Amino acid sequence: MSKITNEELLQRVTAQFGKNVTNVTDPYGLLTVETSREQIIDVLSWLKADAQLQFIYLTDITAIHYPEIEGKEVGVIYHVHSLVNNIRIRIKVFLAEGDVNIPTATTVWNGANWMERETYDFFGVNFTGHPDLRRILNVDDMTVYPMRKEFPLEDPNRVDKKDYFFGR
Amino acid sequence: MSDIQIVDAPPGVEGAGFFATSLDKAVGLARSYSLWPLPFATSCCGIEFMATMASHYDLSRFGAERLSFSPRQADLLMVMGTISKKMAPVLRQVYLQMAEPRWVMAVGACASSGGIFDTYSVLQGIDEVIPVDVYVPGCPPRPEAIIDGFINIQKLVQTESLRRRDTPEYQALLAKYGIL
Repeated sequence: MSKITNEELLQRVTAQFGKNVTNVTDPYGLLTVETSREQIIDVLSWLKADAQLQFIYLTDITAIHYPEIEGKEVGVIYHVHSLVNNIRIRIKVFLAEGDVNIPTATTVWNGANWMERETYDFFGVNFTGHPDLRRILNVDDMTVYPMRKEFPLEDPNRVDKKDYFFGR
Repeated sequence: MSDIQIVDAPPGVEGAGFFATSLDKAVGLARSYSLWPLPFATSCCGIEFMATMASHYDLSRFGAERLSFSPRQADLLMVMGTISKKMAPVLRQVYLQMAEPRWVMAVGACASSGGIFDTYSVLQGIDEVIPVDVYVPGCPPRPEAIIDGFINIQKLVQTESLRRRDTPEYQALLAKYGIL
């Protein structure tokens, strides 16, 4: 059991950041908030440093692509975990397609280094200030960001699934 | 008498005290029953290969007792499993390090065509980067199928000319892959 509830956590967060934290939901009991890229490092470092909350563990950084939402196409998502209080929080930041820049979280957690490289590799999110932002999993000479919706998932070189092989 | 079967002599001219055949056939026979395979196993087909090498199926019966884990000494490259695009240069390097004569066997759907992994990160068949002699279908193929593929390699070895590497077709094939 968590030592603090989502309500107490949300109260602390809104008391600290007020209107900079929006769109509060808790799907499946996981408190989820949205903030801006100007605020994200402040939010993360406050969560980590706060003497009561102690969100000392960065579980993951990932991204999501919604090409249909104008101006908020790319979302960067942070999962942080308070090992002391046994509670998690998810923080989202949405960015516009043409301006996918966000400050790096390596200033708060060194472990964010590879997570941000992975997010850059698959979604093309540019983490400004990252010490070594290059591809981590895909081949170095790849030119696309494969998890973006505009890129086909299937390999275009594949010929054996063409329709004419199946009389279509 | 033992019931162990011994390979027949190649066709030739036989008389009292002598036997004459062409060097091609004699060398082909010797090569085909002493192939040193290099297992390049990356996933589940590699598990089937382990069964193929083990006592039940015993690939050693066909002369492949000695697996070579150095490409320099290997005759046959057996590629078993999914090859990601990041692995492709590694596979190509291994092939380049092998000395002629060399043969390549693509075992399983992934090595042959990419299989179910029709995706941005997986090589759609190893024949995109290196020439392949025999394809073994299956996902994964049973050990019998791998042995069948191996026997087909042996047939190739027996019937090909002694210096395949000098033939214009082979050189054109390698040139297609950018290999000199």
